[in-house]
Amino acid sequence: MTINELQDEIIEEFSQFDDWMDKYSLLIELGNSLSTLNEKFKTPQNIIEGCQSRVWLNAEMNDGMLIFEGESDAVLVKGIVSLLIKVLSNHTPDEILNTELYFVDKIGLKEHLSPTRSNGLVSMIKQMKMYALAFKAKQQ
Amino acid sequence: MNTDQIKKIRADFPILTEKVYNKDLIYFDNAATTQKPRCVVEKIEQSYYHSNANIHRGTHYLSIIATEAHEAARSAVAAFLNAGKREEIVFTRGTTEAINLVATSFGEAFCQAGDEIIISVLEHHSNIVPWQMLCERKKMKLRIIPMNDKGELNLSVYAALLNEKTRLVSVAHVSNVLGTVNPVAEMIQIAHERNIPVLIDGAQAVPHILVDVQALDADFYVFSGHKIYGPTGIGALYGKEKWLNAIPPYQGGGEMIQSVTFEKTTYNELPFKFEAGTPDYIGSTALAEALHYVQEIGIKNIADYEHELLLYATQRMNEIEGMRIIGTADHKSSVISFLVGRIHPYDLGMLLDKLGIATRTGFHCAQPLIDELGIPGTVRISFAFYNTKDEIDTFINALKRVVTMLS
Repeated sequence: MTINELQDEIIEEFSQFDDWMDKYSLLIELGNSLSTLNEKFKTPQNIIEGCQSRVWLNAEMNDGMLIFEGESDAVLVKGIVSLLIKVLSNHTPDEILNTELYFVDKIGLKEHLSPTRSNGLVSMIKQMKMYALAFKAKQQ
Repeated sequence: MNTDQIKKIRADFPILTEKVYNKDLIYFDNAATTQKPRCVVEKIEQSYYHSNANIHRGTHYLSIIATEAHEAARSAVAAFLNAGKREEIVFTRGTTEAINLVATSFGEAFCQAGDEIIISVLEHHSNIVPWQMLCERKKMKLRIIPMNDKGELNLSVYAALLNEKTRLVSVAHVSNVLGTVNPVAEMIQIAHERNIPVLIDGAQAVPHILVDVQALDADFYVFSGHKIYGPTGIGALYGKEKWLNAIPPYQGGGEMIQSVTFEKTTYNELPFKFEAGTPDYIGSTALAEALHYVQEIGIKNIADYEHELLLYATQRMNEIEGMRIIGTADHKSSVISFLVGRIHPYDLGMLLDKLGIATRTGFHCAQPLIDELGIPGTVRISFAFYNTKDEIDTFINALKRVVTMLS
């Protein structure tokens, strides 16, 4: 599936809920089911510090595709991390660089991405794009 | 205070009837900022509509009444803190600017390489960073008073930290994270035995505790207006006259001068020497209104009622399995930091918010303290006199629901 198809799928999944608590229940479920990041990747280089919670992000290139893995110490953030990974992982650097991430706003979780929220998510998205840029440069 | 009185008080705060996510707002983030009673907002409107003119310079009617209102506000702050003289009150943008003023001007006059400043492990960033900047500038050392497991400062270590190199002690009256009320009168007395001046950060104290700067014998006392039901952007520095006279101006500009030539400028007298530029006379006047409002209800009544809320909330929170209240000082203000089991504070705070409850999560601008406690932050609830036991009950039910979701 393309990145946008994946985004639309998530939007549809969340659209069945009117109540905030139901949306968050799903997010908690997603967070809890995200496989834990291998301890060897929880390095200082991979950490993204926010003043509320921390996010770890690891990226590797496999067959022209960028593979992301990540984790957070807060389960709601972990839920969003899992969504970002679902959407962006396993795509080429070009696809990632040309993507506009609209799903977070559409499912009503934009507040987690406000620059003042400092939960590490804004930096995580930036970092994902940086990885795409770096691997693209390496390929050329 | 009884239910009827609280009901009447709540009616003075229009924001308390707001709905958030279709739920009744429960505002438990009063340590961050307090809501404003109608009289304060009306005062701002009234000033802009009827008495707005730049102060201290005009010879016209509006300027004269604006000046009078601003200076009356200074007297109101002086009376509120029981300062000896109204000239000892300098208006600032808030606590942070007041501490920066002292760190800069006192540092300039009295500090040199090798000297030391003492703060405590409980401080928020505003009472850490200005001193760190001074220490960096002057090659000085910052010494830290430690605390015990309950979040109370260790006074014997404090006494031992004081030495001939100590230039100033700067401590919070009340901790914004743990709610600990520090024994500042005793701490000032200990420092004064060695002739060391003390600054008290009263940001979290003035809305809840009767403060008498003369009885405390504080050399400097600072607070923010917005934490005591006043507007944002205005606060005050109390400084003993002898210190304010002995330290140089903080910023240069209009108002703070006596005469200016390109060769030499002489400075105005107190307090104007520290108030460069057009002051926030609208804010000062509204702050005076807020102080008046608080005094009408009575700080003692407020303190008693908030203590009741603190005890009730603490008792009910302890019903929840895995509850960890962070900060259990014997003498505590109406601030409760907590964690539940291993649940991350961000998760708790976000879900409580969706149920209409405003809390604060994270480091609370006191990162060294959170590091010292070895936790990922806390959720903090903090009460004002318009909060109720009913709200605490709703909060407890919400918290139980959220904890179940996250466990």
